[in-house]
Amino acid sequence: MNEVILYSVGSLGTLAIVAAIILYFVAQKFKVFEDPRIDDVEEILPSANCGGCGYAGCRAFAEALVKAGTMEGFNCPVGGSDVMVDVGKALGLEAEIAEPQIAVVRCNGTVDNSPAKVKYDGISSCAAAATIYSGEGGCSFGCLGLGDCEESCDFDAIHVNPKTMIPEVTNNCVACNACVIACPKDIIELRNVGKKERRIFVSCINEEKGAPAKKNCSVACIACSKCFNVCPFDAIEMKNNRAYIDYEKCKLCRKCVAVCPTDAIHEINFPLKKIKPAADKAAPKKVATETKVDLTANLVTEQKKEVVKKEAPKNAAADAKKEENKKA
Amino acid sequence: MKTFKLGGVHPPENKLSAEAAIETIALPKQVTVPLGQHLGAPATAIVKKGDMVKVGQQIAKATGFISANIHSPVSGKVFKIDNVYDSSGYRKPSIIINVEGDEWVDTIDRSTDIDANIKLSAKEITDKINEMGVVGLGGATFPSFVKLMVPDGKKVDYLIINGVECEPYLTSDHRLMLERGEEMLIGVSILMKGLNTNKALIGIEDNKKDAIEDLKRLAQKFKGIEVHPLKVQYPQGGEKQLIQALTGREVPSGKLPLEVGCVVNNVGTALAIYEAVQKNKPLFERVVTVTGKSVKKPSNFLARIGTPIKELIEAAQGLPEDTGKIINGGPMMGKALLNTDVPVVKGTSGILIMPEKESKRNEASNCIRCAKCVEACPMGLEPVLLSKTSKLELFEKVEAERVMDCIECGSCSYTCPANIPLLDYIRYGKNKVGGIIRDRSKK
Amino acid sequence: MSLLTISASPHVHGDNSTKKIMWGVVYALIPALLVSVYYFGLDALRVVFIAVAASIFFEWLIQKYLLNGSETISDGSAVITGILLAFNVPSNLPWWIIVIGALVAIGMGKMSYGGLGKNPFNPALVGRVFMLISFPVQMTSWPKAQPIINGITDAITGPTALGIMKEGLDAGKTVSEITANIPSNMDLFIGNMGGSMGEVSAIALILGGVYMLWKKIITWHIPVSILLTVAIFSGIFHFINPEHYVCPIFHLLTGGMLLGAIFMATDMVSSPMTSKAQLVYGIGIGLITVIIRIWGAYPEGMSFAILLMNAGVPLLNNAFKPTRFGKEVKHG
Repeated sequence: MNEVILYSVGSLGTLAIVAAIILYFVAQKFKVFEDPRIDDVEEILPSANCGGCGYAGCRAFAEALVKAGTMEGFNCPVGGSDVMVDVGKALGLEAEIAEPQIAVVRCNGTVDNSPAKVKYDGISSCAAAATIYSGEGGCSFGCLGLGDCEESCDFDAIHVNPKTMIPEVTNNCVACNACVIACPKDIIELRNVGKKERRIFVSCINEEKGAPAKKNCSVACIACSKCFNVCPFDAIEMKNNRAYIDYEKCKLCRKCVAVCPTDAIHEINFPLKKIKPAADKAAPKKVATETKVDLTANLVTEQKKEVVKKEAPKNAAADAKKEENKKA
Repeated sequence: MKTFKLGGVHPPENKLSAEAAIETIALPKQVTVPLGQHLGAPATAIVKKGDMVKVGQQIAKATGFISANIHSPVSGKVFKIDNVYDSSGYRKPSIIINVEGDEWVDTIDRSTDIDANIKLSAKEITDKINEMGVVGLGGATFPSFVKLMVPDGKKVDYLIINGVECEPYLTSDHRLMLERGEEMLIGVSILMKGLNTNKALIGIEDNKKDAIEDLKRLAQKFKGIEVHPLKVQYPQGGEKQLIQALTGREVPSGKLPLEVGCVVNNVGTALAIYEAVQKNKPLFERVVTVTGKSVKKPSNFLARIGTPIKELIEAAQGLPEDTGKIINGGPMMGKALLNTDVPVVKGTSGILIMPEKESKRNEASNCIRCAKCVEACPMGLEPVLLSKTSKLELFEKVEAERVMDCIECGSCSYTCPANIPLLDYIRYGKNKVGGIIRDRSKK
Repeated sequence: MSLLTISASPHVHGDNSTKKIMWGVVYALIPALLVSVYYFGLDALRVVFIAVAASIFFEWLIQKYLLNGSETISDGSAVITGILLAFNVPSNLPWWIIVIGALVAIGMGKMSYGGLGKNPFNPALVGRVFMLISFPVQMTSWPKAQPIINGITDAITGPTALGIMKEGLDAGKTVSEITANIPSNMDLFIGNMGGSMGEVSAIALILGGVYMLWKKIITWHIPVSILLTVAIFSGIFHFINPEHYVCPIFHLLTGGMLLGAIFMATDMVSSPMTSKAQLVYGIGIGLITVIIRIWGAYPEGMSFAILLMNAGVPLLNNAFKPTRFGKEVKHG
């Protein structure tokens, strides 16, 4: 019995030693020199391997960064400025602090705002559906609601709300750009998170003229230019029959939100304004469906009333978004 | 009986309107003429708001080489030039004309006598077809004059005329062959002269025995035209399948029929060419089948381009109560429409109205690897593999499995026992791979 | 009028369905089932019933609670697995072995890969081979055929004709000596032989095969290539030494040969997709079966042969693509 054990241990042990020696020499001969700093940088990175930096994974980003010798043009959106500062310290370089960004869905064509005029029966892929029709609501720029964005997200940050059929972005978003690329209609955009996480954007990318746009969706941007006229910081641009707010220039004064006749401009994470009792009696729908753009002098008084009236539904929307962010 | 070799399916034919003679329907009050109703670049409008136009007057000119002229189908005043929904589901630029009377330009010969004397030369024929805006009426709407421009070094052995109409329900080509067979054959001779060939083969599916007999009889008057009955199998009318069935030649992957010495044209196109060359009549009207199991009066209408579909449906005694889907084209390759305001265009071969109970797809279940789709594919592809790899976005593999050969005939989805929407995924893969190939050739 | 539907083409569908295919196979198995009830009595029904019930139960259980999917038992594939499993075992097998076999067949052979259509191996064979290796004694004592018209009597067990032949040859006897102790070819053909329920009647199985060919559920490629290969390969050896190698007809009619060739190897999920690949697949199964039967330790080689070739199916699918339309053109 002992002999068996002795022979087994002896022969296998010898085999193991011989293999180890061979492997050692082979490893030495075929060794690839790698800058040890690449490993250090990779340790600091969040290992999400999402590709948001533009490189094929965290290791590739670390390699490119160490090789380049400068931090210019390198940003990890997932780690944000904290990680980039740490990486800078490890390499002895100055990190570029980029403004944190978040994905924003620029369409509010919910099933209520843009009621379905046809029924879609097919595979659940926005990219495929976009080739056969323009959308159940009729607007050919609007969201199809089939969830390509949700599928592409690695961070569980964007979900299609089944009640409204519009995707909603949560605070998990790290601005990795995956959903922006996945959306076949270019509805999602990366915008600055903003001071105190507040941001304002036009939730419509419709390029049709006002009347056909409004016919399909009650909250479409009709390019009436009221927001453009009222913005004191020149942050709004009117192009292709729609308004666009430049997030670098926007100072979050909210004047545009107040004047928009179709509620197309959204404000996120702002505090509730005091609601005057008279405003509760106002019928919000009336304001939204107002199609005539009256540019007469009486507008000033008209506008003030509209501002008050709109607080009720506006805050409800802001509230809902706040709730969403709190839950996330 | 001649047929193509690989694959194919046999959907129920349902030729409900085969006995309905072609009717001319009343002019609508307003027509919408899309500028992009052919393959290639959309035409550019040459009229503006407020202009008065006559029937047959040119209202848009071709943009670039692969493009076609568009002529007014009505007389009246141009109301506006605006974006309107067409059958693609998107809004496209169109010319909208309010109809006043029915005045034609005087260059068109409106006499109905049959003129068999071809006076123009080959080059003049090509130019005339280009001028008159004739495009392929089989559904592809490829500008016809381009097919006549045979490059040096290539010779056309056979002109192939597609009278197959393999899609179920559609009968416009059938009625054309029965009612205007002789003029259509003169159109074929014009094409033969234009292509400098002396052999033409007309393929007709065997479910149109009356058309086959009539044309065989009429073709005796013409030199070089033969009529061949073909087995009733879908997609017999596909260009490559038709060429193989009639001549035995296989068009190589990625190449045009000219590679094997053939040019294919639809019978409707041949008739339009007759009218263009002999009667100086541009293409502004065509035969459209309106059909469906619940339609009270399945018919074939001669309609002007730009007529809203709802006028044709009204003429077929109204939209049935149980309509679930309205299809532009046949059930295998047609496109579902958003509403009935969509206008008739040069490529509208038929309007199929499907009842509600047939409009919903069955629920898909797991693939059981039965390979029925592989058996059915007329191009010898493996739809199950293409569909799975497209879904997984492995586009290199999708391209290597020759997805660009796919003719999107729908035989695979039709025959799949598990009701998997194979063609949806394959189309997605084809679009993506097409984009990748285009990007690659740009670099 | 309700909203119009928008979907991509094609807008019609043929009348193929998975259910039709699966139930078609079940109908094709009915003649063999009737013959086995005739020869093995109510025991046959008992085995079939337990196997089918267990298969359906396990599939329902796993689908609902482990895979969290919608119900799949109505498509008929669990019923087929149950019946084929029953056909592969002796009719006097204890019920608990059958249940274990069904659990392995459905649970390991099919559901662990994700359900219908995702398994690389034939589930019934996975179950059968598991039972054979785990319970060799119970799985190899086959009841003798006793037609029920002779009255219902207790089962007498013993090895199958194939088993007798194998033992005898290994012991050194010649073919003609052994042939005296086994049923005649005609008996083998109609089913008057011991064995599992699915082995017995060649004519019933062939009838089922013809039904499936007519309904276009299977094509001729796999059964014909298997049987021809077996006939030719064993024929060559029989020709060389008739006393040491049995004649091909014996091989074709005994064991799971016909059941395997017509019902098991043609299982769509685990067999190749193109006809050329199917022919190669059949040849492979035929060769391996004969090799195991002649030189291997087991008398029966069909199940192992099919499982081995199942493993090679992805390679076969890759190697034998269908004929493409149009000659190959090199793209730039």
